Amino acid sequence: MSIVYFTKDHEWIAVSGDEGVVGITDHAQHALGDLVFVELPEPGRTVAQGGEIAVVESVKAASDVYSPVSGEVVAVNQAAADQPGLINEQPESGGWLYRLRLGNAAELAGLMDRAAYDAFVQGLE
Amino acid sequence: MIPTLSGNQGLQIEEPLIFEQDSPGACGVDLPDAPAIDDRLGGLARQGPIGLPGLAEPTVVRHYTRLSQKNVGIDSVFYPLGSCTMKHNPRLNEKLARLPGLADIHPFQPQGTVQGALELMDTCAHWLKTLTGMPAIAMSPAAGAHGEFCGLMTIRAAVAARGETRTRILVPESAHGTNPASAAACGFTVDPIPATARGRVDLAALKAKLGPDVAALMLTNPNTCGLFEDEILEIAEAIHGAGGYFYCDGANYNAIVGRVRVADLGVDVMHINLHKTFSTPHGGGGPGAGPTVLSAALAPFAPLPAVVHDDQGFRLIEHAAQSGAMPVGRIKGYHGQFGVFVRALAYMMSMGADGLRQASSDAVLNANYLLAELSSDLSASFEGPCMHEALFDDRFLKDSGVSTLDFAKALIDEGFHPMTMYFPLVVHGALLMEPTETESKDTLDRFIATVRGLARRAQDGGAESFKAAPVFTPRRRLDETTAARTPVLRWKPPAS
Amino acid sequence: MRYLPLTGADRQAMLAAIGASSADDLFRDVPVAARRDAPVDLPFHAGEMEVEARFAALAARNMAAGSVPFFLGAGAYRHHVPATVDALIQRGEFLTSYTPYQPEVSQGTLQYLFEFQTQVALITGMEVANASLYDAATACAEAAAMAARVTRRKKVLLSGDLHPHYRSVAASTLQFTDIAVEALDPDPLGLEDLLGRVDSQTACVIVQNPGFFGRLKDLTALAEECHAVGALLVVAVAEPVSLGLVAPPGAMGADIVVAEGQALGNALNFGGPGLGLFATREKYLRQMPGRLVGQTVDADGRRGWVLTLSTREQHIRREKATSNICTNSGLCALAFSIHLSLLGEEGFTGLARLNHARAVTLADKLARLPGVKLLPQSFFNEFALLLPKDAAQVVDALAAKHILGGVPVSRFYPSYPELAEVLLVTATETTSEADMDAFAAALREVLQ
Repeated sequence: MSIVYFTKDHEWIAVSGDEGVVGITDHAQHALGDLVFVELPEPGRTVAQGGEIAVVESVKAASDVYSPVSGEVVAVNQAAADQPGLINEQPESGGWLYRLRLGNAAELAGLMDRAAYDAFVQGLE
Repeated sequence: MIPTLSGNQGLQIEEPLIFEQDSPGACGVDLPDAPAIDDRLGGLARQGPIGLPGLAEPTVVRHYTRLSQKNVGIDSVFYPLGSCTMKHNPRLNEKLARLPGLADIHPFQPQGTVQGALELMDTCAHWLKTLTGMPAIAMSPAAGAHGEFCGLMTIRAAVAARGETRTRILVPESAHGTNPASAAACGFTVDPIPATARGRVDLAALKAKLGPDVAALMLTNPNTCGLFEDEILEIAEAIHGAGGYFYCDGANYNAIVGRVRVADLGVDVMHINLHKTFSTPHGGGGPGAGPTVLSAALAPFAPLPAVVHDDQGFRLIEHAAQSGAMPVGRIKGYHGQFGVFVRALAYMMSMGADGLRQASSDAVLNANYLLAELSSDLSASFEGPCMHEALFDDRFLKDSGVSTLDFAKALIDEGFHPMTMYFPLVVHGALLMEPTETESKDTLDRFIATVRGLARRAQDGGAESFKAAPVFTPRRRLDETTAARTPVLRWKPPAS
Repeated sequence: MRYLPLTGADRQAMLAAIGASSADDLFRDVPVAARRDAPVDLPFHAGEMEVEARFAALAARNMAAGSVPFFLGAGAYRHHVPATVDALIQRGEFLTSYTPYQPEVSQGTLQYLFEFQTQVALITGMEVANASLYDAATACAEAAAMAARVTRRKKVLLSGDLHPHYRSVAASTLQFTDIAVEALDPDPLGLEDLLGRVDSQTACVIVQNPGFFGRLKDLTALAEECHAVGALLVVAVAEPVSLGLVAPPGAMGADIVVAEGQALGNALNFGGPGLGLFATREKYLRQMPGRLVGQTVDADGRRGWVLTLSTREQHIRREKATSNICTNSGLCALAFSIHLSLLGEEGFTGLARLNHARAVTLADKLARLPGVKLLPQSFFNEFALLLPKDAAQVVDALAAKHILGGVPVSRFYPSYPELAEVLLVTATETTSEADMDAFAAALREVLQ
């Protein structure tokens, strides 16, 4: 089982053991509209918490994805790169972006759980 | 309605690509045969065909005529595209630009054989300097964004010449995207400054951001909300007090020509879009020109070339060693957009000092008329008076199911080019209308009646018709998502 | 005033509707100190006849290229432009439209740009081309910046046979970035060693073919060397007509091609506006500057065109955009495209053969003059000559005889005394046998 955390920049990370899978939230994909292009990091790249790690683009917007926590990229979702629409259809499952080996698990404590994130999003509207 | 057999709809005729009309052996020119020679290509002759289609002249004429009929221009419709200044393009300017003595001259002819051309550039520069009150000008920038780049280069060089390191540029959130992009191209970082509820720069916030690392403030005035920055003198004083320069984006200069000299506003540098304010044609997206006026402090850093005048006549300074200054180099091939200068100068001479002043008054009057007449049905973003453009947001469409985009597309069916949509970014669902001085009251009245009617239709549950719009155009809404997901950027021959 | 439709009565009625007392009242946000009550010190308005007379007088003080034997090139070429081109580009729907942001009412512009992109890709031998940039000089700077993004390297090498304006624009434009530009010395004899200077730090090498001094080069080995060390090869073409006869950069392994399109469809116009062509490989598409038109379908499933991949551009990416460019050279691209459509395969290759034949004929006539040496062995329609006298003085003496006899290289390189006697000479399809003979005779006299 994994535990899912959320950021104020609308990323999610599902953590199990010392690894986490990262994607953008349903709210984020909805705000961007139909995604047409995704730029994913090279596996092996290390990233700091909050560092720019990927880009998602719709026709009219380009949005940086910030890594929820620090760590080293161990895998990317080629299916999402090939078919960005997958992120619109399954933002919080099949449309994940990259898998990361956590650099510092203590950083997770600063993230939101689902209930807190939902409240955060509601506050934006 | 029964579809036509041909796919055409009366005057709207389907037109294939030139590549799909290839008639091998056909040709639209008659050239003399090349005399027989031993070639000097050093064995580097092209191998195999290029793949260009063969078309006779009548086929070519019909092709481009039909394509033109799928376009609208200022010649055919009211085109109130905010921040673009779509004014009438006089044909006199086209005629003069084609005089052989102006069109058929080479940039590197001996300068004694192009004295008229150099005088023309110098005269154009003189008009622009006099109108703005600025002492110097760089004529070579090719467009507005290129003028921004030119101005920021001079700032960067001037700061360095003072022995300082200033890397930050302050840019309002409402700025055109070119501002931060130009700043980045000059190696600056961009720091956004917020606006007040009155749609103007927040002076207190600006002052709080000033510091010894600020190279300049980039401010559009009148600003992108169509408002004059009424605290501009205080803004200029603040940026100068902090040792920075004041860059004015001249995209909206059409509002104030002949009524306000930018020198009197404390501006150090401003680009002028000749294709907006001075009526040279937009041509479907260029060519334009962005001459950039400079204060005495920045003038020594202006890029080359420059035209000078002495008792020998007119002369081009093309090299730093000849200039006696510290130019930032060269940012454009040759001597600038000469063909655009011809048109702009012809316009300025036609209008004169009196006419240019009347034009900005009329441009502002027309925009305020739209603002006044439409405020009851649309939602104006800020209180007037506005300058040359009127800004509305999408509050009037709230809960109607109609978006700004839908509203714009419905205007197309009504025979108008839409206003600028979703810019500036500081209001929600922006609709920015710039009528210019070359529209009649009658045109504005018909536009006002149409916009009012559409607003009421939207508020009365007519969303469905908006979603379908436009329907009377050569193409209906285009699928931009597919275009971006699987880019097809050129024709390729069908697989055989 | 003929361009202003509002009458005095209109203005009064509109002010009343607004609730303003006067036009001045609408300018009340302008600080009092900055308001001007009277027109600036410039002449007042003028009618068509008066303006036309002023411009005719200015034009009369220039020596029009078509009025004399004319042999200039150096990046700006005089070709015969069919009458059809100018008639079509002056259609108001092309001339007076804006950037095609509303595709439903801009299919004309979008379709011709799609055709233009295809034509540029075909003649350069590349996979994709954009909808144009300002000119070849600025396109060179854009290519260097793009190569730096693609390779994540910061060193750019400029050939000495690259047009001096392309060199100086690239160097000036990039001076405040972290990209280092190294420009080799001017290379009239074709001796420079680019191969030996490419290394693992190089983002790109920019060369020109035909070179500024006229020389044609096989760039295949250079392309291979660049690719072996992970650098890109950028090839500039100043004379697009050469592509009708000479192997295109794409066939030699170029990664980016920049070119000046003025020579097709556009007049000399004293050097501006130009037309920057920009083509590359499909895999570098997202690092490309400038506008792109792509094919799609409309709501009824019919083929149509839109601006696409806009997230690269300044209006969306702002300070992270691939370039700050906002326009292209739309109308010049249209003129180029119409001219190339009229030429077609047969006309374009025929025009190129004719240019080359004229230039070979001229080179032979001039190289026979005492003391005159033809520098490049291979060339297209332009070549450098070494004269026994200062080339600038020779050109001035020829102009006094009403012959525009080429471009002295010292105009670009005044601080290189060894280039003072080098003259660039061009012949195109517009150059007659009589022009050539007049030139040769006059040059013989001037050199005596």
